[in-house]
Amino acid sequence: MRLNRHVAGWLMATPLSLVLALFLLLPIGMIVIVSFWGATEFSIYPAFQFDNYEFLFGSPVTYSVFINTFKYAVVTWFFTLTIGFTVAYFLAFHVRSLTWQIALFLVCTIPFWTSNIIRMISWIPFLGRNGLANSTLISWGVIDEPVEWLLFSDFSVILTFVHLYTLFMVVPIFNTMMRIDKSLIEAAYDNGATGFQTLTNIIIPLTKPGIMIGSIFVVTLVMGDFITVRFMSGSQSANVGRLISNDIALLQYPSAAATAVVLLATVLIVIAVLLRFVDIRKEL
Amino acid sequence: MATPPDLQLVNLTKRYGTTTAVDAINHHFRAGVYACLLGPSGCGKSSTLRMIAGHESVSDGSVVLGGTDVSHLPPAKRGTAMMFQNYALFPHLSVTDNVAFSLKMKGVDTATRRKRAAEMLELVDMSAQAERLPAQLSGGQQQRVALARALITQPQVLLLDEPLSALDPFLRIRMRSELKKLQRELGITFIHVTHGQDEALALADEIVVMNNAVIEQSGAARDVFNAPRTDFVARFMGGHNVIALPHGGQVAVRSDRISLTDPSAGRLEGRIMTIEYQGTAVTLNVRATGDQDIAALIPEEQYFANPLTEGTAVGLTWEDVAMHSLHA
Repeated sequence: MRLNRHVAGWLMATPLSLVLALFLLLPIGMIVIVSFWGATEFSIYPAFQFDNYEFLFGSPVTYSVFINTFKYAVVTWFFTLTIGFTVAYFLAFHVRSLTWQIALFLVCTIPFWTSNIIRMISWIPFLGRNGLANSTLISWGVIDEPVEWLLFSDFSVILTFVHLYTLFMVVPIFNTMMRIDKSLIEAAYDNGATGFQTLTNIIIPLTKPGIMIGSIFVVTLVMGDFITVRFMSGSQSANVGRLISNDIALLQYPSAAATAVVLLATVLIVIAVLLRFVDIRKEL
Repeated sequence: MATPPDLQLVNLTKRYGTTTAVDAINHHFRAGVYACLLGPSGCGKSSTLRMIAGHESVSDGSVVLGGTDVSHLPPAKRGTAMMFQNYALFPHLSVTDNVAFSLKMKGVDTATRRKRAAEMLELVDMSAQAERLPAQLSGGQQQRVALARALITQPQVLLLDEPLSALDPFLRIRMRSELKKLQRELGITFIHVTHGQDEALALADEIVVMNNAVIEQSGAARDVFNAPRTDFVARFMGGHNVIALPHGGQVAVRSDRISLTDPSAGRLEGRIMTIEYQGTAVTLNVRATGDQDIAALIPEEQYFANPLTEGTAVGLTWEDVAMHSLHA
């Protein structure tokens, strides 16, 4: 039996389309629909009203929480990029043998053998008032009394974010760097470029797609996070994710849905802006 | 322009761990010469070139350019420039920016370096493609850009690492004549690494044949081809038969210097194994005394005046002057 090529193409695309429709488009559609519903203290009812959005955009809390979310995203992005680029650079250009490259790369992934929550919580005994960091600093005589801002602060939140997500920077950047022809580095050297000039004129421009993919990972993860902020700030800071989780805890599903829609739109805009800078298609 | 300096290699050695890639070679490249480093892969020719360029550290000995030991200078300070095998053009930069790269590194202002790059592109006839990216160029065009990028540094010695190997055979022949022409115009020393003897013969004023980390023979192209000193050189240059004589000793005789006679009248006796028509000539592969395979290249007309069949017994002979005794 010979199927029409057209039909065969559609049939082959069907399974993935169904999965995406069922598990991605449908839930998002539901969230968008529910975001227009109304809610009382104990129930939600179908409607088409803009109350949730009006409340959201009318509240100063929303703006400060969004700004806080951006702050986490930008600072985390900066540190993960700096550390991730350095690690990837070391692995790709300073480690000569492939065996060592693979071995060291695997070492980088070891933290991923435990769950996010455990890696997060393990910072608490380290950073706490009587934690390892404080007691060490005191015993060295660097400080006289425990530093308060180490734990349950923006510092600890960002530290944890950086710890959790740096690998998401390392992997795509390393991948892009490994594709850079080593003779380009020699050619730059042959043309009189110093190490730093080679970095800024050759390596960074050629690594841009990897940097961009890593940035999208990190920004998306940080902007959608709520558990890290809750644990590591000791519930003293908020980001959009926590706003949504609080609404859900109060059974305010329509309000949570509206916030989620706005967050989704924000993240999509951020990614769209990032993609305008670099064409990542050739990396995929 | 000042007279370009000579390049000397003095006991130049490269060791990687326990293996020796280049074993204490000595050579003197006269200024303005087109020299080919010729040899099979792994013979040390690329390591030698990379040591001259400064991309490989020198284990022992030195590279002397114009009387100065440059062995430990960075590549850009030696007065050499290298053209890489795959051209190594920067994929994110336009042709002009590629060519102007070294000037940008020196801090030359944009207007000046664009002007100089334009002159270089003029020289290699690539002005029309100045704003393209390397990926938009053909192999031959990429090579010209790579040449322009190397020449803009005004090197005294240009080092070419198998520059033609990435091109198709037709383009290879065209580009090699352009290389030769450019070298004549510029008057600087070209050192060209290749494993193709035809390329070396076509281009080089001087051929340096390398094998097993040492120089087997060097000299003018005709001298090396016509009077190979070792059996390796004779075999590698091609067109030669390495023949063990019945009364001892090994000689090289060019295939086209061998002629056929009666079985008893020749210096060697043999039987024709295969006959190959080559257009201008016919190659007869003869199994001679002592199980040696010897090729005789007979001009076409001469052969077809008296055609032979496979399996015929023949005698092989040649004149004394055509015979070069070989050192081990």
